[in-house]
Amino acid sequence: MDLNFSPEDLAFQAEVRAFLKAELSPALADKVRHNKTLTKEDMVGWHATLNKRGWLAQDWPKQYGGADWTPVQQQIFDDEASAAGAPRIIPFGLKMLAPVLMKFGSEAQKAHYLPRILDGTDWWCQGYSEPGAGSDLASLKTRAVRDGDHYVINGQKTWTTLGQYADMIFCLVRTGTEGKPQEGISFILVDMKSPGITVRPIILLEGTHEVNEVFFDNVRVPAENLVGEENKGWTYAKYLLTHERTNIAGVGASKAALAEVKRIAKAETVRGVPLADDPYFAARVAQVEMELDALSTTNLRVLSSPDAAASAGSISSMLKIKGTEIRQSINDLARRAIGPYAMPFVSEALEEGYNGEPVGPEYALGVAPDYFNNRKITIFGGSNEIQRGIISKMVMGL
Amino acid sequence: MDFTHTEERQLFKDSVARVIADTYTLDARNKAAETDLGFSAEKWAQFAKLGAIGALFSEEDGGFGGAPFDVTVLFEELGRGLVNEPFLATAILGGGLIAELGNAEQKAVIEEIIAGTKQLAFAHGEPKSRYDASHVETTAKKSGDGWVLNGAKAVVLNGSAADTLIVSARSSGAAWDEDGLSLFLVPADAAGVARHSYPSIDGLHAAEVRLDNVAVGADALLGAEGKAWPAIEKVIARANLALASEAIGAMEVARDMTIEYLKTRKQFGVVIGKFQALQHRMATVLLEIEQARSSVINAAGRFDGSRVEREMAVSSAKTLAGKIGRLVAEEAIQMHGGIAMTWEYAVGHFAKRLVMIDHMFGDVDYHVARYVALSKEAA
Ligand SMILES: Cc1cc2nc3c(=O)[nH]c(=O)nc-3n(C[C@H](O)[C@H](O)[C@H](O)COP(=O)(O)OP(=O)(O)OC[C@H]3O[C@@H](n4cnc5c(N)ncnc54)[C@H](O)[C@@H]3O)c2cc1C
Ligand SMILES: Cc1cc2nc3c(=O)[nH]c(=O)nc-3n(C[C@H](O)[C@H](O)[C@H](O)COP(=O)(O)OP(=O)(O)OC[C@H]3O[C@@H](n4cnc5c(N)ncnc54)[C@H](O)[C@@H]3O)c2cc1C
Repeated sequence: MDLNFSPEDLAFQAEVRAFLKAELSPALADKVRHNKTLTKEDMVGWHATLNKRGWLAQDWPKQYGGADWTPVQQQIFDDEASAAGAPRIIPFGLKMLAPVLMKFGSEAQKAHYLPRILDGTDWWCQGYSEPGAGSDLASLKTRAVRDGDHYVINGQKTWTTLGQYADMIFCLVRTGTEGKPQEGISFILVDMKSPGITVRPIILLEGTHEVNEVFFDNVRVPAENLVGEENKGWTYAKYLLTHERTNIAGVGASKAALAEVKRIAKAETVRGVPLADDPYFAARVAQVEMELDALSTTNLRVLSSPDAAASAGSISSMLKIKGTEIRQSINDLARRAIGPYAMPFVSEALEEGYNGEPVGPEYALGVAPDYFNNRKITIFGGSNEIQRGIISKMVMGL
Repeated sequence: MDFTHTEERQLFKDSVARVIADTYTLDARNKAAETDLGFSAEKWAQFAKLGAIGALFSEEDGGFGGAPFDVTVLFEELGRGLVNEPFLATAILGGGLIAELGNAEQKAVIEEIIAGTKQLAFAHGEPKSRYDASHVETTAKKSGDGWVLNGAKAVVLNGSAADTLIVSARSSGAAWDEDGLSLFLVPADAAGVARHSYPSIDGLHAAEVRLDNVAVGADALLGAEGKAWPAIEKVIARANLALASEAIGAMEVARDMTIEYLKTRKQFGVVIGKFQALQHRMATVLLEIEQARSSVINAAGRFDGSRVEREMAVSSAKTLAGKIGRLVAEEAIQMHGGIAMTWEYAVGHFAKRLVMIDHMFGDVDYHVARYVALSKEAA
């Protein structure tokens, strides 16, 4: 046992810090820290900055242009980047699709799509969920029918995150109706500019446009866009869902969010005494901090364990449950910390270039919207109920 | 003991419930929230005609109720409809302070409040006061016969629609002394009053108010100079009783919508209500709401007792409303899944209101600490 970073890790940490200091603009960091709205340019720009340094695809192998970092290096980067206020990496192309293509894609697909993910040519979105197929993803109904050298797709996807910006969507579609529902699903790549695709915004409860409905009306997709074999899509989809483990606990982001809560609690005062010194509030913060500290170690412990690969599914379930629940408890601390200023909802003030009259302290503006928005994290990517179900089955054999 | 309402009160409750169910829509409410007024003038007039505003005032003051159980009955129904008309700001806070402290001339305005033709706001909280109700840094300086007010007020509910602001200000004492507080009736358009209004995340309206050498006459003083604290405390207690009741109405709707959804949404070939992981949590939601209701009954029942008795019961009700309101809000969203995250689906709006109730006049931690302090006084 040794909880210390190796000299190499420490050197890496210094390198990351220097990079962030040089490359992350204070204006962008301020937006991230205060939960302001990031523009597409902000997100794409940060990807480009990382890509220039070779640090965008952190867990990809070197042969595809990745950094091939160890779990510890990824954690170091995540901690440092989050603390500095860097935007999160948009996962759809980099962390979801890419591993599937590397494992199951054709050589042509790898050669075409992977470089375009890196250089930002293609913004990807994820077309899994449908109105009737949420937790029960395998019940999806969007149909793809072979017609010569094309598939013709009809149906609807929903909850498509940032689909309004996307160039491409990777979809699960039904190509077969024989056997179990899982057996007739295929994984296909679709150009969002294809005729027959309509994207409609869904406004979330805190007023933001983050997700969409995507309708397919006789959309023709070249057959070469099928990934792997027809009717084997479920295997690829499950691989995708369990592959993304290193960042699933969101430890870095939670540490940064907790640090922000502490900054707020120092600035807020009750009868001249900082809220941070209020015993009720301090006890709440302490308990979350203890949990987060433990999760940070749990994360590295399970990711570096030799049998991590074998139990990939249950590990990601575990990290997802704890990571999201701790994150939500930090959102809850933040809303408590700002007191009555949780109520004002000046959504324009979260947009770039706002120069209207301020309402309350700047740190308060995005807190309540983020609290409500982050209710999503225990719902999407397999709800926490589904994750607990996976642990019950896979680990305990119940 | 008797846990039933009087027949008259029950009839009133039913009539308010009917009007809300038949004519009040969430969509119209949310649209009204985005206007400068922040609510529907038409609905306010309709509630006035129904006698809903008058129910919050005693007969002596020209109303037809005013008892603690009138407050709970009405606000529970308002919570059910997610009503954003300014009952709290205009009637409970503004009207309540005038009823407590006003002289005959000042009380004349209560008739207009009841008729729905006068809007008030209690400009009390300040940028640094958080939930501390005696923390007032706004100053009142004697000037000739009248007063000059200076200071800043934060998150003033109904601040934009109000015709008159009831401003708390200090003529003596340190920033959070209970002694030295006075209340002033200030026309919202008085010289030196600047209001910046905005919507709240739960569909209400509030304003930041600046008072820059605002000159008012001697007749603006409400009650005795420097002696407003007991009335402020009592009216805030009434506001908290109202909010805890409103929370119950909102919780019950969120609960019922969730139960209905569990019975209809199918995944894995069955309705999701078949999953015990959800059943037990829904059972918890159900029984916790009953606890919240009992604590509101306690608070209303003890409201006219001693000060300590009243304040402890109110802090208790507001604590449970805050805690259980959050539970219900979070569980309703979680058990619905993605659909509850949308603007279009109603349950999210109930969830936002429930969580924000914890941010009005003291959150859970504030009321727990206050309860502890009051228990020491009681002992
Ligand atoms: C903001 C947001 C962004 C999203 N982004 C994307 C995206 O980019 N791409 C995409 O494809 N999808 C996306 N999703 C969809 C997300 O994956 C689904 O919402 C999720 O799978 C849950 O499905 P559902 O919403 O239909 O809820 P349901 O499956 O209907 O679940 C409702 C409730 O029942 C529970 N439940 C269901 N089955 C069981 C069971 N067997 N045991 C116990 N409890 C159960 C659930 O946990 C939940 O509490 C997003 C969702 C949100 C809210
Ligand atoms: C101190 C004590 C005093 C008692 N006194 C009396 C008495 O006076 N008279 C009398 O008749 N009995 C009495 N009991 C017995 C008691 O009623 C039983 O223990 C109880 O019914 C549970 O049965 P069990 O112990 O066989 O556990 P089991 O029924 O085997 O349950 C084991 C676990 O499984 C859970 N479980 C079982 N079924 C379900 C389900 N459908 N869904 C979810 N979870 C489930 C249980 O909650 C429990 O956690 C007493 C027990 C104790 C411990």
